[in-house]
Amino acid sequence: MSLERIKIAPEMFDIMPPEYQDLVQKATYGNESRGWKDIGTSKELIEEHSLCAGCPESMAFRYILASLPNPEDTVMVGSTGCTSLVFPHVGIHNIHSLFGNQNAIASGLKRALTVRFPGRVKDVVVLAGDGATVDIGLDMTLQAWFRQEKFTTICFDNELYANTGGQESGLMQKGFVAKMAPIGKHFEKVRLPEIARESGCHYVVNCTVSKPNLIEKVVKNAIYIAREIGPTYLQLYTPCILEIGKNSMEGLQEMRDAEKPTERFAYREYISEPAKELIAEMTAKEKERKAALKKQLAGQNA
Amino acid sequence: MATQSVIGTKNKKGQVFADPWHMMNEAPRTPCFFTGSEVIKEAIRRANVDVMIAYPITPQSEAAALIGELFAEGYIGDYFRGESEFAVMGQCAGAAFGGARVFTTTAGPGTMRAMENFPMWAGARLPIQMIVTCRGINSPLSIQPDTLEISYLMNTGMLVWHAESAQDFYDWMLKGFMVTEEPDVHLPLALCCDGFFVTHTKDMVNLTPVDMCLPPYDPYRAPVPCMDMECPPVRMMRDPFVMKSNYISYATHASWQQEIWAAAERSRKHTIAWLDGLIEVENPDADVLLVASGTAVSQGREAKVLLEEEGIEVGIVKIKVLRPWPHEEIREATKNAKHIIVPEFNVTGWLAKEIRATIPNSERVTGPRVCGGMTMPPEIIVEHIKGALGIKVAAMAGRGS
Ligand SMILES: Cc1ncc(C[n+]2csc(CCOP(=O)(O)OP(=O)(O)O)c2C)c(N)n1
Ligand code: SF4
Ligand SMILES: [Mg+2]
Repeated sequence: MSLERIKIAPEMFDIMPPEYQDLVQKATYGNESRGWKDIGTSKELIEEHSLCAGCPESMAFRYILASLPNPEDTVMVGSTGCTSLVFPHVGIHNIHSLFGNQNAIASGLKRALTVRFPGRVKDVVVLAGDGATVDIGLDMTLQAWFRQEKFTTICFDNELYANTGGQESGLMQKGFVAKMAPIGKHFEKVRLPEIARESGCHYVVNCTVSKPNLIEKVVKNAIYIAREIGPTYLQLYTPCILEIGKNSMEGLQEMRDAEKPTERFAYREYISEPAKELIAEMTAKEKERKAALKKQLAGQNA
Repeated sequence: MATQSVIGTKNKKGQVFADPWHMMNEAPRTPCFFTGSEVIKEAIRRANVDVMIAYPITPQSEAAALIGELFAEGYIGDYFRGESEFAVMGQCAGAAFGGARVFTTTAGPGTMRAMENFPMWAGARLPIQMIVTCRGINSPLSIQPDTLEISYLMNTGMLVWHAESAQDFYDWMLKGFMVTEEPDVHLPLALCCDGFFVTHTKDMVNLTPVDMCLPPYDPYRAPVPCMDMECPPVRMMRDPFVMKSNYISYATHASWQQEIWAAAERSRKHTIAWLDGLIEVENPDADVLLVASGTAVSQGREAKVLLEEEGIEVGIVKIKVLRPWPHEEIREATKNAKHIIVPEFNVTGWLAKEIRATIPNSERVTGPRVCGGMTMPPEIIVEHIKGALGIKVAAMAGRGS
């Protein structure tokens, strides 16, 4: 998107909703070094949300949207679930179509954007729940990876079907008693991060959203690698505090508990060789850029 | 946004972007002896399609593979085999949301597998063109011709057209893009034909010049924003309507649905111009009127010849467009008929039911039906008509008595 496009004609300015005026004046479109630290000083790309108070999905949304390197040319794809209650408030184009077909939508979308905008960057990012990613949509999740579709898949893993009231999901822990698992879930939590690696993802991270700086790093890596090399996958623990019986203030602690070294959301990362090279190259370039900037500043001050 | 016309300029294959009306109605035609599948390929060669997504299912596999060859030759922006029809229709939606002209083909069980996508396509106002080469959807497994799947498509909000011949198919595919991409329509099209009868038989088809093609699709004429971040994003709503059980929410959903069906209504004027009417009528003053769609029309024509040899006069109504339904046209065309005969290739007789719901004195409507892959020899239609007229006929061989 040309940044010119979001400007408001001066005669119209005062009749636009204040949130849109803010978006035009204070959102961080067009700034590759944008990140979680902008939260609080800039206009966020999420307006409000209708999630439960304290739901960690809302934190995850804010960190991810603040970390997109190229929001002015990013299109997101959602699915049905609690996340679909947030997307209508998001200040970048996003698609909801059906439950579970998000990676199919993203495959078609990415290819259409590549055909229509040759030589331009158009990032596609999928964001869906665990039911959507692993159960009803597993086929399309994996097939997009097999085909090496160049987009990022993010799964908000709350280990159950939250939006329909807390039913068993494939990413639920074994033994957990839930609706539709009345005597406890019979089988292990599906190991999608490992499956993702075997299915051809070039970057896979399993973690919680307790640390915004970490989310910024993994989101940026995932998007850069998807843009240049191939599919990437982030599985983020966003506990459904409602269904596991926690209070609004307890989401953060729940994530911290779940990311301890022996726990199921201890930080795990896989990166393919070409992806490693890409990130090393980008880091070196960034260093150079910063050094040059420093030199220039020093020169100005001298 | 580009306001200059591209008409007269060339695409990367050296084809001229033609004025579609000129290309379809005035440009010289070349007769070719082709199978229906080859005809699909030739139409797509001239359609300037951005994305085609394929999946094998008889009897459309050949056409879908031939379009792959077009991609290899550089006529299509992107092409791949999806993993299932459900996924393919999602991929088509993704590409259409992203502003591409999208084409796909399916049949029978594939149509049924993908069904959840079709009301979504219509609701999202995606002008995807889907070729449906109808085949059986029953169990035990069948690959034979049978048109039952069309009845499921008729309530999805898609436009539904039913081609009789390869020539119809060729012309309607190209014209279909023109109708569906109109800003006041912008709906998906299911362009149906009877599998095998049309796809696997050779026929003379008059093709438009190979060095002319349709102008590209312009997604910025769409009535909904294209999801490419080329126009400003806005917060769509404060509370997603799925969350609310209140009048405003219901009214929103209701008016959105009504708008889809209103858009289909608005397609009439464009379709009438491009297809020269939603129906085609021959000899409407006859007491006996054959009303049909697809290849049942061709069988009806054969029956008409046989009956006329015996001095029985028959009229024919060919229904080209099933959605929007040609309500007025059918009432008008059938107003004098004493017997309305509706031959069909499906077990439920969905076309006869539609017609009965449209006209007065609906007991006039009867029809021979075959299904499960049976052919419909004109003799069956002849026998049925004679029965309706009270003329005694000898039992047909092999049908028992
Ligand atoms: C085809 C279809 N089947 C079932 C549903 C009902 N449904 C809506 S949301 C949902 C669960 C979503 O779970 P998940 O993907 O884990 O997201 P969460 O709500 O937990 O964030 C289900 C089963 C649906 N909308 N569509
Ligand atoms: S139901 Fe669970 S996942 Fe959904 S918004 Fe509430 S706390 Fe979050
Ligand atoms: Mg979930």
